[in-house]
Amino acid sequence: MKNIQILEERKEQIYLKGNQPFNMKCERHSVSGSVSQRACVFCGSRVVLYPIVDALHLVHGPIGCAAYTWDIRGALSSGPELHRLSFSTDLQEKNVIFGGEKKLYKALGELIDRYKPKAAFVYATCIIGIIGDDIDEVCRKVSKEKNIPVLSVHSEGFKGTKKDGYRAACTALASLVGTGTIDNIGKYSINILGDFNIAGETWIIKDYYRRMGIEVVATITGDGRIADIQKAHGAKLNVVQCSGSMLPLAKMMEKEYGIPFIRVSYFGIEDMVEALNKVADFFGKKDIFQRTYELTNNEICRLMPILNQYKEKLKGKKAAIYVGGAFKAFSLIKALNYLGIESAVVGSQTGNQEDYQRLKKMCGEGTIIVDDANPLELSRFIMEKDVDVFIGGVKERPLAYKLGIGYCDHNHQRQIALAGFDGMLNFAQEVYASVMSPVWQFMPRREKRGEK
Amino acid sequence: MLLRHTPVEIKERKSLTVNPAKACQPIGAMYAALGIHGCLPHSHGSQGCCAYHRSTLTRHYKEPIMAATSSFTEGSSVFGGQSNLLQAINNIFTIYNPDIIAVHTTCLSETIGDDVNQICRKAKDDGKVPEGKYVIHTNTPGYVGSHITGFSNMVKSMVKHFSESTGEKKNQINIISGWVEPSDMREIKKLAKNIGVKIVLFPDTSDVLDAPQRGKHSFYPKGGVTIPELKSTGDSKFTLALGRFASEAPAKELEKKCKVRYRVVDIPLGLSATDRFVTACSRAAGVNVPDSITEERGRLVDIITDMQQYFYNKKVALFGDPDHLIALTEFLVDLDMKPIHIISGTSGKQFEKRIRKILECKVPEANVKNGATADMFLLHQWIKNEPVDLLIGNTYGKYIARDEDIPFIRMGFPILDRIGHSYFPTVGYTGGMRILEKILAALMDRQDRDSLEESFELVM
Repeated sequence: MKNIQILEERKEQIYLKGNQPFNMKCERHSVSGSVSQRACVFCGSRVVLYPIVDALHLVHGPIGCAAYTWDIRGALSSGPELHRLSFSTDLQEKNVIFGGEKKLYKALGELIDRYKPKAAFVYATCIIGIIGDDIDEVCRKVSKEKNIPVLSVHSEGFKGTKKDGYRAACTALASLVGTGTIDNIGKYSINILGDFNIAGETWIIKDYYRRMGIEVVATITGDGRIADIQKAHGAKLNVVQCSGSMLPLAKMMEKEYGIPFIRVSYFGIEDMVEALNKVADFFGKKDIFQRTYELTNNEICRLMPILNQYKEKLKGKKAAIYVGGAFKAFSLIKALNYLGIESAVVGSQTGNQEDYQRLKKMCGEGTIIVDDANPLELSRFIMEKDVDVFIGGVKERPLAYKLGIGYCDHNHQRQIALAGFDGMLNFAQEVYASVMSPVWQFMPRREKRGEK
Repeated sequence: MLLRHTPVEIKERKSLTVNPAKACQPIGAMYAALGIHGCLPHSHGSQGCCAYHRSTLTRHYKEPIMAATSSFTEGSSVFGGQSNLLQAINNIFTIYNPDIIAVHTTCLSETIGDDVNQICRKAKDDGKVPEGKYVIHTNTPGYVGSHITGFSNMVKSMVKHFSESTGEKKNQINIISGWVEPSDMREIKKLAKNIGVKIVLFPDTSDVLDAPQRGKHSFYPKGGVTIPELKSTGDSKFTLALGRFASEAPAKELEKKCKVRYRVVDIPLGLSATDRFVTACSRAAGVNVPDSITEERGRLVDIITDMQQYFYNKKVALFGDPDHLIALTEFLVDLDMKPIHIISGTSGKQFEKRIRKILECKVPEANVKNGATADMFLLHQWIKNEPVDLLIGNTYGKYIARDEDIPFIRMGFPILDRIGHSYFPTVGYTGGMRILEKILAALMDRQDRDSLEESFELVM
């Protein structure tokens, strides 16, 4: 394993802290022929818009794109469940030759009549970009006929990376914002951007804001509702998490409606407290400060003794992090610190230059920092650094297990909330359970370490 | 009620699939290619396709799934993907060092008109394919057929690229496995060994996707059909193709190319289909069926005898892939059960014909549909109109099972929420026993749950 080859082209996407100079070549396309852990534009749009639960999500293309994205994410709804069904125009060869516009038109009509959604999103897949269906025109037509917003999402898979998919989703969202009435929205109001209510996380966060005395106008997109998004321009502040996906929308809203935004993370104690404080600071109102202080103080006092117990056991363990956005990695490093765990390998699929500079500052000597890694590289780094737990997504889980190390799912497939104060507890518990599992003593590698 | 919007009234749909009972071709090609030893599947298209297939297979097998992608960009979609594929082939051999790269196409590369045959030839001519290594390819546009078609196409291309006839027949038969689980492939090999027939099974994902825990990750696990074995298929005495939909095309190709005669039998799932498989194997090899197999069969029949009253007249709805459904329907009829709703997203006229034939005496009124718009939405509507006692299918059946409160057993692809399918076969007599155990457990748990206190039985 130590002798794996690193492609010449990839060498500038891998950095060992301590080696100078540091100039990560990121935001580039994956090398052809790599076993990349990345996905496509469609994937980006689909994950961002999917949690809008009272909208119709129609995938315009052959069946695969709809089949593989059918209810695979745990974005919870407090009401409608329309987002959990899979709708596809299931394009066939003849549609590819003669065009799929008619099929799309019919499918939309049929679906809107049956489900009476509040809006419809039509996702363009690779093939649509090639055969040139005018989905904008179809959407306009249906929108007029059915009297609901019907939005085209230009998510042709090959037109960039997942990030471009986020952008396409934001463009669709931006056309909804500003179409609702905002008369009843108060002075101390925000939108939550970039939380997707995985395992109910948006609800946790929303509840904190409620306790602070702040009105949440729209959650975009976790447990999202079309009507809320339409009046999102009535909020006084956009609070943006997972900035990779929602920053374009925040910027559009700033330009269009003059709504400022702040970037936050709800993961880990430090970032969670900072997020709530930033919002309180923005409004600068005494009773909000007071309530925020009480909230965070109570939660920290409740959490710390329990976390310290975990820390006692986990001290000195090492983690590898490989996540979609780099922002997530920042929070993870800090949260792992609280548990006494050092991050020995850190990577992301879509980080930019600035992100990697920041990562470098946060990490200790000898940490491996990597952009768009492949499984061969990941396994090599994990073995080299002898890590105890891998934090990543669906494709990394079995890899970690095969290597005989613990794993914690930090992707959208998970069923346990990791956001907020309770999320931090869940995270600690999950990492602890996996790292300390008795199964590792049966691994040859651990036997060598003398842990049996 | 996740599916609360499903209306009872059935209207004809033409333009729309809701909750599909199929996936697309490339994932089938990827799965088949993993059944060759030392092979890295390669997806010639956007990154997303490859990522989705790997994720879905990962969720189903709980194993790392390795496959590479051409990583199309906007530029490649305008100027063609030739340079991507050439570069990919070069990079893959440099970095991942497989024995063979199995290229499959996608919607995108098909529609822009990439000629993968020519590109792969060019790669060889340009010296990008090291000595003793191979690149094979197949066409799998996502808008034609289903995952089963893609699987079949990749297996066919194994024959096209490798099967050779040296003029000297070998004392072996080919078995084309069809899309079954690693556990099933292992069971088929075991059955053949017990019968005393030498076989080449392809593809073969056992010891690839059910690899044991060794504390390290091996990029190319020890299983899979080898290239010498694949080459030798051209000298085999006979080919048994399991399942018409997945395996006939490669068998036909082999007959055309190397004059190896073939016969299509059903996937040996259930009593009658396994009987036919065992007979066909023993005939092809000219050996008698050994006692050990007769006894195994006897045990399966014994369970059916003991538990017949629980099977009698139970209505079943099933969905999945055509070859499986054909064998499964026959098994259910053998058990005296009534399969009344049957759905497959894979098209092909043979399917309904075969199913109708199996059901003609017992359940002539059954609802059977396959192809476009034969989806889980329709199945749900059928069930609402005529309820069933049992639902059999992949994980996506759990929504219907929950909403309608129907006992449910998981069979097929994908299974995302249970384990077992990689390890315990459903084929052969042993597999038949496992299916019975599952059916009985589901039905009897339900009976226990629903029975009144006074009729709650200890002995069943």
